[in-house]
Amino acid sequence: MIELTGFLALYIVMLTAFVGIEIISRVPVILHTPLMSGSNFVHGIVVVGAMVALGHAETTLGQVIGFIGVALGAGNAVGGYVVTERMLDMFKSSKGGKA
Amino acid sequence: MISRDTLDLLIQASYFLAVLLFILGIKRMSSPVTARRGIRQAGLGMLLAVAVTFFLPDMGNYLLIITALFLGSLLAWISARKVAMTGMPQMVALYNGMGGGAAATIGAVALYAGHDYDLVIMGLAVLGGLIGSIAFSGSLVAYAKLEGLIAKTLRFPGLQVFNALVFFGAIASGIALLAVDGYPFELITLFFTLSLLAGITITMPIGGADMPVVISLYNALTGLAVAFEGFVLDNPAMIIAGIVVGAAGTLLTQLMAKAMNRPLSNVLFAGFGDTGGSGEEGPGGTMKETEASDAAITMAYADKVIIVPGYGLAVAQAQHKLWEFCERLMERGVEVKFAIHPVAGRMPGHMNVLLAEAGVPYDHIFDLEEINSEFDGADVALVIGANDVVNPDARSKKDSPIFGMPILNVDHADNVMVVKRGRGTGFSGVENPLFFADNTQMVFGDAQEVAGHFIQGLKSLDG
Repeated sequence: MIELTGFLALYIVMLTAFVGIEIISRVPVILHTPLMSGSNFVHGIVVVGAMVALGHAETTLGQVIGFIGVALGAGNAVGGYVVTERMLDMFKSSKGGKA
Repeated sequence: MISRDTLDLLIQASYFLAVLLFILGIKRMSSPVTARRGIRQAGLGMLLAVAVTFFLPDMGNYLLIITALFLGSLLAWISARKVAMTGMPQMVALYNGMGGGAAATIGAVALYAGHDYDLVIMGLAVLGGLIGSIAFSGSLVAYAKLEGLIAKTLRFPGLQVFNALVFFGAIASGIALLAVDGYPFELITLFFTLSLLAGITITMPIGGADMPVVISLYNALTGLAVAFEGFVLDNPAMIIAGIVVGAAGTLLTQLMAKAMNRPLSNVLFAGFGDTGGSGEEGPGGTMKETEASDAAITMAYADKVIIVPGYGLAVAQAQHKLWEFCERLMERGVEVKFAIHPVAGRMPGHMNVLLAEAGVPYDHIFDLEEINSEFDGADVALVIGANDVVNPDARSKKDSPIFGMPILNVDHADNVMVVKRGRGTGFSGVENPLFFADNTQMVFGDAQEVAGHFIQGLKSLDG
């Protein structure tokens, strides 16, 4: 495992934040809604963390909370994906119109 | 049999690949040409990350994990397939809230388990728990408001004080957690209870018109919460993906707030929809009501009609009928244009999706900057299911809660027709003097039925 500690972690956070701002800096208004939905899907990666938390939970309380966490995380990932894809499919059909 | 070291290497490599796919995916999603490929790529990354997580060392409770994954996925899949395009914003809020909740549970499991983390990691666990909880309960309130489950904006004297107490209480109990020795069960529970409550109390007073901005903000916050809990679990995929979404989401929130001309501080701390408070009167006069068929005939003899569609149109599923009416108008030689406010529908770009769905061609749709000067030359401005985005008070009335929001100047048209369900105020709860203006006529009824009557009215001319 790589240890992300101290200043190394801060560097990563700083650079990553710039990446996040940079990759959506020139987005047309028409895509605001799908993009928000898409980024909502991406933080669905939280499901992985919830799996780890539940996988290591030893008490009943931990297992209950972890179970809720995994279910919620999965909902974030799956729901976010389907909703985004449906919206973007819509835009394909509008290409028939004269832009 | 693969050795543990090789397996760990493979897992880390997979996480790396997943993050790369996320970043490329979001990048592609910011252009209409590549957007669909973008979401697929990100989806692939997600599948990969979830699959390899099963092979991490010292994992247990596999049955519980699989059951929870299955349940959450199934419910989300069904609801996401079912929801209409009009409901997209609140669905994003709902799924985002789930993500925030999941981040909070990671913090909760870590804290209740009482591992001896160092102070920084523990601080991040608490911070992620706080932000995740607020994003969870706040997003659920936003969802309920947009879904129409909560009709009222909750306000009472001293509300801001109460809100501040809850919010700072949550922060204080979080700091207390870091300060005391060990992990007192009661204190952890208090901390999470207050955090969840804070999300509710912060979101409740915010009016519906500001909800898209709030949803976007919570989306960014969830990203941050995920990143913080990623530090707790030492999971680089969560850290990077979370920070990327946190940063991108913050920028997107600012773009949205700018489109609505609502500074974020106003959205969060000024009770939207408060009428000045000085007991001044609403707009005077009476609304003039007219029949749909009469309105249709007025439009039939107009040279130029500009249509302002709003969320009410979409709710009534009236886009198709309205477009049919427009086609008939154009057959009669009337020039028809659609004017789209930046936040028509529920957020930027939402109405474009809905009109595209109804088959309205691009060259009939104009945004605010393009068309606002044209209302002066229009015979009829037809406002259908929109309210706050055509409220002249936003231009002139300094103490109006929507003052400063750019609006469509429909009141400059010779005649204004407003199709509206009832006499109530709009989503923000603000009175609209446009409805009482001399050149305005109201057509009350469900947008789809009214559009049907419009078509009938045109037919009667040909009959």
